[in-house]
Amino acid sequence: MRYLPQTPDDRAAMLSAIGVGSIDELFRDVPAAVLNAPIDSLPDHQGEMAVERHFQGFARENLSPASAPCFIGAGAYHHHVPATVDHLIQRSEFLTSYTPYQPEISQGTLQYLFEFQTQVALLTGMDVANASMYDGATATSEAVLMAHRITKRKKSLISGRLHPHYRETTETLLRFTPYDLEIRDPVIGGQGGLAEAIDKDTACVVVQNPDVFGEFKDLTGLAEACHAQGALLIVAVTEVVSLGLVTPPGAMGADIVTAEGQSLGVPLSFGGPHVGLFACRQKYVRQMPGRLAGETLDADGKRGYVLTLNAREQHIRREKATSNICTNAGLCALAFCIHVTLLGEAGMTGLAEVNHRTASLLAERLTALPEVKLLTERFFNEFALDIGRPAAPVVEALAALGILGGVPASRLFPGEPSLDNVLILAATETVSEADIDRLVGALQEISA
Amino acid sequence: MNIERTTISGARGLDRDEPLSFEQDAPGRTGVDLPAAPDAPDRLGGLRRQGGIGLPGLAEPQVVRHFVRLSRMNYAIDYGLYPLGSCTMKHNPRLNERLARLPGIGDVHPMQPQSTTQGVLRLMSELAHWLTELTGMATVAMTPGAGAQGEMCGMMAIRAAHEARGEPRKRVLVPESAHGTNPATAAICGYEVDSIPATADGRVDMAAFEAKLGPDVAGLMLTNPNTCGLFERDIIRIAELIHGVGGYFYCDGANFNAIVGKVRPGDLGIDAMHINLHKTFSTPHGGGGPGSGPVVFSEALAPYAPLPKVVQRDGRYELIEQEDGPRVGRMKGFHGQFGMFVRALAYMQSHGRDGLKQVAEDAVLNANYVMEKLKDLLPPAYPGPCMHEVLVSDRGLDGTGVETMDLAKALIDEGYHPMTVYFPLIVHGAMLIEPTETETRETLDSFIRVMRGLVEQARAGDEAAYFKAAPVMTPRRRLDETLAARKPVLRWVPEAPVAEAAE
Repeated sequence: MRYLPQTPDDRAAMLSAIGVGSIDELFRDVPAAVLNAPIDSLPDHQGEMAVERHFQGFARENLSPASAPCFIGAGAYHHHVPATVDHLIQRSEFLTSYTPYQPEISQGTLQYLFEFQTQVALLTGMDVANASMYDGATATSEAVLMAHRITKRKKSLISGRLHPHYRETTETLLRFTPYDLEIRDPVIGGQGGLAEAIDKDTACVVVQNPDVFGEFKDLTGLAEACHAQGALLIVAVTEVVSLGLVTPPGAMGADIVTAEGQSLGVPLSFGGPHVGLFACRQKYVRQMPGRLAGETLDADGKRGYVLTLNAREQHIRREKATSNICTNAGLCALAFCIHVTLLGEAGMTGLAEVNHRTASLLAERLTALPEVKLLTERFFNEFALDIGRPAAPVVEALAALGILGGVPASRLFPGEPSLDNVLILAATETVSEADIDRLVGALQEISA
Repeated sequence: MNIERTTISGARGLDRDEPLSFEQDAPGRTGVDLPAAPDAPDRLGGLRRQGGIGLPGLAEPQVVRHFVRLSRMNYAIDYGLYPLGSCTMKHNPRLNERLARLPGIGDVHPMQPQSTTQGVLRLMSELAHWLTELTGMATVAMTPGAGAQGEMCGMMAIRAAHEARGEPRKRVLVPESAHGTNPATAAICGYEVDSIPATADGRVDMAAFEAKLGPDVAGLMLTNPNTCGLFERDIIRIAELIHGVGGYFYCDGANFNAIVGKVRPGDLGIDAMHINLHKTFSTPHGGGGPGSGPVVFSEALAPYAPLPKVVQRDGRYELIEQEDGPRVGRMKGFHGQFGMFVRALAYMQSHGRDGLKQVAEDAVLNANYVMEKLKDLLPPAYPGPCMHEVLVSDRGLDGTGVETMDLAKALIDEGYHPMTVYFPLIVHGAMLIEPTETETRETLDSFIRVMRGLVEQARAGDEAAYFKAAPVMTPRRRLDETLAARKPVLRWVPEAPVAEAAE
């Protein structure tokens, strides 16, 4: 077995050095009845080529967005990842290192985390950011818990247009806490009466911007309404590329911003691993979950970086920690950091502009079709359409034609028949005008 | 001839500092070439960002150098032994990286119609089969993002099961040697944490455990092999006792590497256990993630396992995302850390059941070999054979003035990543050494020689100043953690204009 270097001679010599006659003498604390139970249903080891063939079999059974026009968003986006990103994250020193517990030999990791935190703070318009969470959904759930810790209040208001996975993840995390969630209906357009529902028991209001239907809103008024009652505004961003172009949540008055960072540098990978971004105002930093890299000096007075404010964390505080998170999304944070560094100021704004104009073109072309109505007034690279017929079978028919034609709202909101005709489409820089032509043609064919 | 040289550049050959990317900004530079934006109207309705973002401009070659230079300041398992106890830093096969990047695997969108994702669903189903067979458990929840979230998933299932019976319970028993995530998880699930002491041989104190049992105990969180690197001999009795009061048995599976292919947790009476794919099944730790923490469940807890899950129906694979019932809710977005599933399954198939059993045996062999060769200088904290890691206290350094941390820092100068230090908390100056099965005997012998040499130097006393100052051959010397925490600087900010700075 190529991964196991000990030879039979090594093993014999080592057992003899230890002073035992067999390996199972070292397992003598295991009850004999349960040791070496045969596992008949699994195969024996295989060589590299055999395993590779097996996985090529899996790959063949999927329609890859690399070979099909892809208009699917809904919380994960098909973007081009520069070759440099994937090369650099596979450097052994990044890929195969552990959490930077020994800072003297982890400055590479610690410095990129510090750069990552800076990038996230700048993009979201916030003061500080942490070194990543598992994904946007868990980051949002942790933000709600943090708001309850800060305000010591009982209730949170959740927008009905928050991505359902984010809402459900938050419900899970809060299920066994003393806190209540008030969840609004997923009504497209308007503010959904959130501002009016805030009172002195409200710890926070959670909104997504752009929301799950793609609508981008000015949240300034909602932030003021929150602050007037002493509540926090949490803004979730599922498409982080939008922050290259739009007014960031920080500039609208958000107190905590959570985001899914997958769009920058991280492959879709059927939904994970992705990377959760978490940013907040400076005054709340000691209530943040997760790891933080901070600047300091070494014994020679040279600038260096360490994990800091550990007194919030589970390995110090145990049951009083701000979160139980330990391993987070280090390598995906690195991919994000490299991609943002490649983009720079010009690339970030340029990429966002291409996304926006491509989606705008897509909306223009699709709304020219009969019975198709645009439901999203202001959007970045994703919008919702009423297509005048149930969307789920249309998406299946498009798939049969080799087109990944958006997400039917019914998949996200199975209990809302009023959304059955709603189709959510996204267009990134990977979508060409020819792709749009193909989608329009296919939709005409399907309705004919 | 001993020549000291201060270089003009400040570099020392291959060892050089690297400024922040933000300090290399040249406005106008970029590392990407983008397609032209199509001619279509602006739909943002006046909500464009005002002013710049503040990101630096660097060209592609600069970015490559920046990150390559940063990478050279890191230690890595690809470089050398990384004996961090409880972290299982084993070889990360590159085949797994290749497979995770195959078109049709690495780029599949999680919201594609299921008719277009049959292959990835079949892959998940196959991994689930391996996990339940290797553990002898009834089912598996694939979604948790890493170990700590797996713990939360398991403990929430326990609470959901009690609530379904109409008897929410209050207390969870956790050994005092537990990893910090265990009590933090129990607290998130609304439980009071009740600590169980350890015996003189590093295991659960059965008398104390039995005394704490009662009708308000929801369950037990126990790591096995435990954080002292020992198998809990009484584990079957422990399971019977916790079940006897209507509680459930959560096992922290962080140390599964010691028993994979040898012992099935299901045979021990465990009700839920998370598996760190980034430990036992070799998915790279990536400087702090991503991990993946699927949770296997017994029949008793299976109805509470969270969705989504893959089922096979009429020859097709189906992802169940919604269902009425008592299940724990969604743990995270989409369908779990799929990219880690690919790597873990490739690892399992490469080893097979025979190779996985050998993994556990070699991991245990290597740890016991290290223990044997160090024991006269660094006696193990507890008697008897260890499992995949050996725990020693700082007794071997008594009276030398050299502490565990000093020894760890000196190891860095010797070219090794240190072992886990000061954990578990119940052993004074703990050093937890986990070599893993992918190290050669020669590597272990070199490490042993260095460890012995350092302890002997510490005892001789003539290197005391060095030990307190170590490491001295690294890109940075010891870093001031107090300063970092007292005045947190968590991001780069542009230097203040000269006029302000002069104030």
